[in-house]
Amino acid sequence: MSDEPPTRAPGRPGPYIVVGVLLAIGIAVPLIVPVYAHAEPTLIGLPFFYWYQMLWVFLDAGLLWICYGIVRREDRRRRDALRAPGAARGDRR
Amino acid sequence: MTANLLAAPPARDVDGVALAVVIVIFVAVAVLGFLAARWRRGSAPAGLKSLDEWGLGGRGFGGWVTWFLLGGDLYTAYTFIAVPAAMWSTGAVSGFFAVPYTVVLYPIVFLLMARLWSVSHRHGFVTPADFVGGRYGSRALSLVVAVTGIVATMPYIALQLVGIKAVLTVLGIGGGGNAFLQDLPLIIAFVVLAAYTYTAGLRAPALIAVVKDLLIYLAVVVAIIYLPSHFGGFGAIFGAAQAKLATPNPVTGLPTGSVIPGAQSFNAYWTLALGSAMALFMYPHSITGVLATKSRNTIRRNAVVLPLYSLMLGFLALLGYVAIKAGTKPIDVNGAVNPQLVVPQLFLDNFPSWFAGVALAAIAVGALVPAAIMSIAASNLFTRNIYRDFLKPDADPASQARVSKLVSLLVKFGALIFVIGMDQSSAINLQLLGGIWILQTFPAIVAGLYTRWFHRWALVAGWAVGIVVGTVAAYSVVNPATHAHFGGSIAPAPLLGTPVYIGVTAFVLNLLVSAVLTLVLRALHVPDGRDLTRASDYGADEHDPKVEALEARADEDRPPVTLPPA
Repeated sequence: MSDEPPTRAPGRPGPYIVVGVLLAIGIAVPLIVPVYAHAEPTLIGLPFFYWYQMLWVFLDAGLLWICYGIVRREDRRRRDALRAPGAARGDRR
Repeated sequence: MTANLLAAPPARDVDGVALAVVIVIFVAVAVLGFLAARWRRGSAPAGLKSLDEWGLGGRGFGGWVTWFLLGGDLYTAYTFIAVPAAMWSTGAVSGFFAVPYTVVLYPIVFLLMARLWSVSHRHGFVTPADFVGGRYGSRALSLVVAVTGIVATMPYIALQLVGIKAVLTVLGIGGGGNAFLQDLPLIIAFVVLAAYTYTAGLRAPALIAVVKDLLIYLAVVVAIIYLPSHFGGFGAIFGAAQAKLATPNPVTGLPTGSVIPGAQSFNAYWTLALGSAMALFMYPHSITGVLATKSRNTIRRNAVVLPLYSLMLGFLALLGYVAIKAGTKPIDVNGAVNPQLVVPQLFLDNFPSWFAGVALAAIAVGALVPAAIMSIAASNLFTRNIYRDFLKPDADPASQARVSKLVSLLVKFGALIFVIGMDQSSAINLQLLGGIWILQTFPAIVAGLYTRWFHRWALVAGWAVGIVVGTVAAYSVVNPATHAHFGGSIAPAPLLGTPVYIGVTAFVLNLLVSAVLTLVLRALHVPDGRDLTRASDYGADEHDPKVEALEARADEDRPPVTLPPA
């Protein structure tokens, strides 16, 4: 099927690579169990195993917040490039 | 699961105040459910006469509503009951994995769901099977995804009833000899649920989710601030948990569990977390929540803030250990130990009746939200991908909505009969299987979001292999204490020998079969199906026109004489 009309101008690889790396960190690092499967150091009586994993709730939220900022910026650029008057009509993705 | 039979079942007293609070909150929620039919209706005609209106709430939910809706949808009452119960009886491996599971979930959601939203928005897809059918031009593959979704969702709905039942048991209702009277409160709760879901569709759980989530947050925050200090701090609580879980099981002679997993269960722990995270957004009820949002970025913004629920789930899991220290006795009406009663009992024992009532109501209402969304999602699948695709291809939107409403009633009564008529453990076994099964639709749905490389028949074959291998492996797990089948979701991986989540083993085989068969089918020139989607659809946002509108416009613009050769 044809790809016309496009919804966005072509993307730049940079932002998507950065976001991909950040997402990979957010998925892989909390799953490396040997790193955190021990009791010390404790935090207010909670073994490391427990508070470290709960800490990742905040770390992942932070990573995703950064990813969202990057993706939204690049996404806007791609749409503006296409929707702006005089934008190259022949732009194909 | 431990089932130490006691000599005589202790009679449970009804806590009048707690019961009254639960009833008041339940009635308020029911009223809200019916009023939801008028909420955000905009210009749509009364009666919600299309699946977009009834089944997806008008496809217009913004950030806040989506946060509550998905929070209520993903973190179900059964989770609130089962995760602390698992912590209480066997410790970290089967309980606390829920935290990394719901943490790594959100990068996956961020990555996949915006694309699914865009292509579904452009083509008016209502279900994941709609997308698969449109992408691969294969009704067989679409049917496979739809049936898997329905079958995996049904026991999940039944387990929400198990959650309500735990609350009712602790409140002292549900004892006595008369089987019908015993189940009457549960039946009433479900009839009310069925009625407002029928009337208001997805808007009902969306509105109720706000109330439910606020109540749950209140209960968990108060419990986690008050209870640990009351029982001597987390140090003492973990000491008690360590002592209980190290006690050998009288039948097997092995420790019942562990506070911190040993090296032999590392692979089980992370595969359970990753496999469950990959499976969760393949469930039709999760995708329903995503497609009901109003813009491409709503789900991404939500992926940033939804992890707050995972933090709450982590604290709730710790309440399982708090209950060990508190000496909570989860004794069921038949006198057996039922770990699922741990959290409701903990609240009832340690808080004033009215606050325990609020917490118990939060759990009970928490069962109604996902049960409603799941029944809507399952009936949408039936309507779109079985009724419309195979039985009545010319079904218009109004008749699709009518069929979906009726099927949602059937689905819920099926679940009710299941829970009342059958052993609870069969619902739990089936839900365990459901998780393994739904993961087998991942290759078809997710690969399709990025590439058409896989052949449709290879995906069907991969799915079949995954389902069979997963089911057989799950059946073969025998509980060492009770010798029952379906003893857990962890089994040694073939070739590696290390224990891992069965769903992941089956998924890897599924992927291998799909890839190899794709190469074979391509070599044999077996034709691909027609792809209705185009690359630009996957990046479309809410301002881009739907494909229907695009094609209509193209037809007007195009003078008939200058038609380009096809």
